[in-house]
Amino acid sequence: MLHNKSFVKKTRAGRVMKQVREHYLRDDIFCGAPFCKVCDTSGARLSASPSTILVLDTNVVLHQIDLLENLAIDDAVVLSIVLEEVKNKNLSVYNRIRAICSNSKRNFFVFSNEYHRDTYIKEMTGETKNDRNDRAIRVATQWYQNHLGSGVKVLLITNDKENKRKANEEGIHAETVETYVKSLDRPDLLDLLVRPSEDVDMEEVEDLRPSKRKVIYIEHKPMSEITSGLHRGIYHQGKLRVNRYNPFEAYVGSESIGDQIIIYGRSNMNRAFDGDIVAVELLPQDQWQEEKSLSIACGDEDEDEDVHLAPNSADDAPRTIPQQGSSGEINAVSSRPSGRIVGIIKRNWHSYCGSLEPMPMPAGSGGIVHALFVSKDRRFPKIRIQTRQLENLLDKRIVVAVDSWDRQSRYPSGHYVRTIGEIGDRDTESEVVLIENDINSRPFSSQVLACLPPLPWTVSSEDLSNPIRQDLRNVRVFSVDPPGCKDIDDALHCTALPNGNFEVGVHIADVTNFVHPGTPLDDEAAQRGTSVYLVERRIDMLPKPLTEDICSLRSDVERLAFSVIWEMTPEADVVSSRFTKSVIKSSAAMSYVEAQARMDDSRLMDPLTTDLRNMNSLAKKMRLRRIERGALTLASAEVKFQIDTETHDPLDIGMYQIREANQMVEEFMLAANVSVAQQILKSFPLCSLLRRHPTPTKEMLEPLLRTAAAIGLHLDVSTSKAMADSLDQAVGDDPYFNKLIRILATRCMSQAVYFCSGELSPPEYHHYGLAAPIYTHFTSPIRRYADVIVHRLLAASLGIFKLPSIFQDRGQLTSVSDNLNYRHRNAQMAGRASVELHTLIYFRKRPTDTEARIVKIRSNGFFVFVPKYGIEGPVYLTTRSEKGGGEWYIDEQQQKIKKIDGSISYSILQTVQIHLEVVEPQPNRPKLQLSLI
Amino acid sequence: MEYVSPEGLRLDGRRPMEMRQIRAEIGAVSKADGSAVFEMGNTKVIAAVYGPRQVQNKSQQMSDQALVRCEYSMANFSTGDRMRKPKGDRRSTEISLVIRQTMEACILTHLMPHSQIDIFVQVLQADGGTRSACINAATLALADAGIPMRDLVTSCSAGYLNSTPLLDLNYVEDSAGGADVTLGILPKLDKVTLLQMDSKLPIDILENVMQLAIEGCKAVANYIREILLENTKQLEYRRGV
Repeated sequence: MLHNKSFVKKTRAGRVMKQVREHYLRDDIFCGAPFCKVCDTSGARLSASPSTILVLDTNVVLHQIDLLENLAIDDAVVLSIVLEEVKNKNLSVYNRIRAICSNSKRNFFVFSNEYHRDTYIKEMTGETKNDRNDRAIRVATQWYQNHLGSGVKVLLITNDKENKRKANEEGIHAETVETYVKSLDRPDLLDLLVRPSEDVDMEEVEDLRPSKRKVIYIEHKPMSEITSGLHRGIYHQGKLRVNRYNPFEAYVGSESIGDQIIIYGRSNMNRAFDGDIVAVELLPQDQWQEEKSLSIACGDEDEDEDVHLAPNSADDAPRTIPQQGSSGEINAVSSRPSGRIVGIIKRNWHSYCGSLEPMPMPAGSGGIVHALFVSKDRRFPKIRIQTRQLENLLDKRIVVAVDSWDRQSRYPSGHYVRTIGEIGDRDTESEVVLIENDINSRPFSSQVLACLPPLPWTVSSEDLSNPIRQDLRNVRVFSVDPPGCKDIDDALHCTALPNGNFEVGVHIADVTNFVHPGTPLDDEAAQRGTSVYLVERRIDMLPKPLTEDICSLRSDVERLAFSVIWEMTPEADVVSSRFTKSVIKSSAAMSYVEAQARMDDSRLMDPLTTDLRNMNSLAKKMRLRRIERGALTLASAEVKFQIDTETHDPLDIGMYQIREANQMVEEFMLAANVSVAQQILKSFPLCSLLRRHPTPTKEMLEPLLRTAAAIGLHLDVSTSKAMADSLDQAVGDDPYFNKLIRILATRCMSQAVYFCSGELSPPEYHHYGLAAPIYTHFTSPIRRYADVIVHRLLAASLGIFKLPSIFQDRGQLTSVSDNLNYRHRNAQMAGRASVELHTLIYFRKRPTDTEARIVKIRSNGFFVFVPKYGIEGPVYLTTRSEKGGGEWYIDEQQQKIKKIDGSISYSILQTVQIHLEVVEPQPNRPKLQLSLI
Repeated sequence: MEYVSPEGLRLDGRRPMEMRQIRAEIGAVSKADGSAVFEMGNTKVIAAVYGPRQVQNKSQQMSDQALVRCEYSMANFSTGDRMRKPKGDRRSTEISLVIRQTMEACILTHLMPHSQIDIFVQVLQADGGTRSACINAATLALADAGIPMRDLVTSCSAGYLNSTPLLDLNYVEDSAGGADVTLGILPKLDKVTLLQMDSKLPIDILENVMQLAIEGCKAVANYIREILLENTKQLEYRRGV
């Protein structure tokens, strides 16, 4: 082993420092070709007899990652210097190339050229870092060619002209990606190619837009200027959030101002995408356009932007043109700062789902066609792509990635990634929902399935004789779940004790008995984070045998459980509590309806019903106590579909009904979670996984208070207790009023999140909604990974199992909890998107008239909420043609919108009759339109 | 941060079980009774031993054994950034104590009552693992001074990063915040005289990491033995035996 000390490196960490690192060069780094005579071939990854071996340049990996992910590209060598450069430039691409390299089906080999004694090169004087790295790539390519001999062609793939020229001079085979892909004779691959931006420009100038050369967007400021601007307070940094209902309006939440900055219009947005971290410059105060932000625009693209490729669709959606200056009164209230984006600090580009804008087929088929891609999510602008397979793509949902957006083009340019399926097909659209929310719906891999216990599985004698497991098979345990529930993860029991107290047990499926830390099964579950419930399907976190059979606490079978057992007085005071692993045998798996019916049927006196009634009375007391402590009863507009079993089309929609039985089960689950949280926090004060719900700030509750004030309702939001009380008192003249107020209140609050207890101080552990000082998730390990973690923590705190290593590392646990939060949010979004999709399918055939409530007032209309279907959407009062729009004005104090002549006015929470209908203002983007009757 | 690439190479090109290059030289300070320079990669320390000699402070004199004193210091130029370190700061005091205790455990002090042995170690260049390098240098210097010892003490560190046990951490790996185990052993007697750890490790992983450190210590011991043998041969040759 040869080693060599060299390497002098300068880094900047505030100041310039010289750093000296050792750099060992080795002779035991192998080439990865299985046919190599010299090298050790045990770690070889390339195929047995390739005709060509590709060496990829950094720019190819960075820009053509979608192409590399295609199976047609194979036998490639990725140099460590390339990986390093990619990692510094774009971490997500780095992760993707790493995934390709570790995929056993792909023949991608990582060659550590920087540590190989023959391929390491020293920087020459006057050579830039980039040139040095390019040279290193060429040297490595050369080495490969010499090493493998003339039997194999080693081809350097580079898009850098200079690099290619030098390589050719040095006698290395080098080609650009384009020429290489063309030589493969696979036209579909060409679509995956990202064209260098100057090419795009040229072509566009030629055949698309004569007026194109004009600069549309102002230039982004250089990074150095942005940094100094941020320092001096001229610019403000924040994440860009585009309005869901109006893609021309965006907000940047800025900490330096403490308020949201409104960015209005594409030119002010200056090529930023939703989610980008941007630098914003405030506009002078006289240009602040308050009223704009209050309008709901529904245009698809500005008219003046409708130049281009395909004739645009008839655009009948209403739109507001701000009544700038038309009413002095309005300008006077203008207080929110508007701004303009001057630079993008971090791009949030990923791939987008959508479809191509319909366009006539060009005469000569097969050639390159430019098309505009319309994202399904309206927050993103259209994306220009090139394709050779237009006829195949026009009626498909496709995935497109963004490559660049230069100043001269109105739209960003991107490239086709893959096809999902036919537009309008329910499976395709569901798939789109999953992709948009980054949900992995692939079947479980064989490695994961190999971790499952053999089927059919039964409780073994070892389990029974295990001293840590208590035998509770003789206890009358039952479960209450939604109808048709197959993944039953909780069961209950309630036995009267001789001393008049009750023994109450909550039994949770013992998932950790089957999912062991460090196994592929565990990794997969941790990655998925949660099961996702769509309207017509469920994407499991754990494989089906575990979810529906082995772990599911079904009736009349013996199952392993983790139990929380309390002794409670009839007044629901906990006398003692303990935790144990157990074996149970559920005597009944009931649905909420069944359980409720049993409790209500006074003739039934069987032991099970008595248990249910006892539990219910305990639960009511516990609930009362919780509400006294200040727990909020929040509401959401959850809807339930009845799905046709054959066609999977929705048959009916209705609000989800909550019964006493639901509340009873919920109460005991809450109690179990709190008990477990206390137990694990006691044992692991620094590394427990808990769940907190931050107290909403005044600003967050502002919209709620404004609404309440407008209808003459006083809400006290000083504490959660006060809030709960005033919510209780908010009873209007109709039964739905209270629920509506609760829904509005729920929306003002932030979401509850998982966190690692070591990251925050105890007062911050507080769960606002439940009014509990600490809380965690323990009761659904089949469908939530957080619960799996908590199960392990609890087992460790009881001394049953030792703590897996990730819990000893706070940073690691924090990253796990961040992932869980992300997955949970996505699962929720996907669920909602799925409901939206099915609502659309449902109303496509049934235009309906129904009652709705106004929840938000805007200057050209209002948002309504339809209680019956749980739908929320905009209703426009002005149409686009009346762009003068001056006949309606908004009364901010009273939250009313009035006609100028005073003949009609709408106020918040008012009931209106609306008409629901599915329209398709823009092809392939159907939406539910709500209009006043 | 990735400290071990999926290809199994560390940031400086070593594999997880590999030590840095070690180099030792005996007799760097001719005025002292024994001295040595020890390098582990870019970590370079010098050690000088005076003694056994008369006890300077009579009150410390012991009638049954020798007094061992140790002073550890870092040269101001040992790290890249220019920083003035006050003499006798907590860290130096602690390391001085650690080295003294480690060396005391192997010196046959009872053979030299009423006397004093002074060990001075100074870090010339620091790049992680200074503690280990100091102990190794001190061992060599003691041997050079001809002080009777039970065995050579050798030391090596090992750590745990990216779920991989790593031998002989350098500065970058050391400051990664993972566990860092410094181990000192008497290789012939198979006894541990020093075990220190920063941060936390599960007990079963600690065993693996410790085992790795023991291997490292043994490798250092072999090298030191070679150097001493070489040195003795040189002496033999000079005396013309």
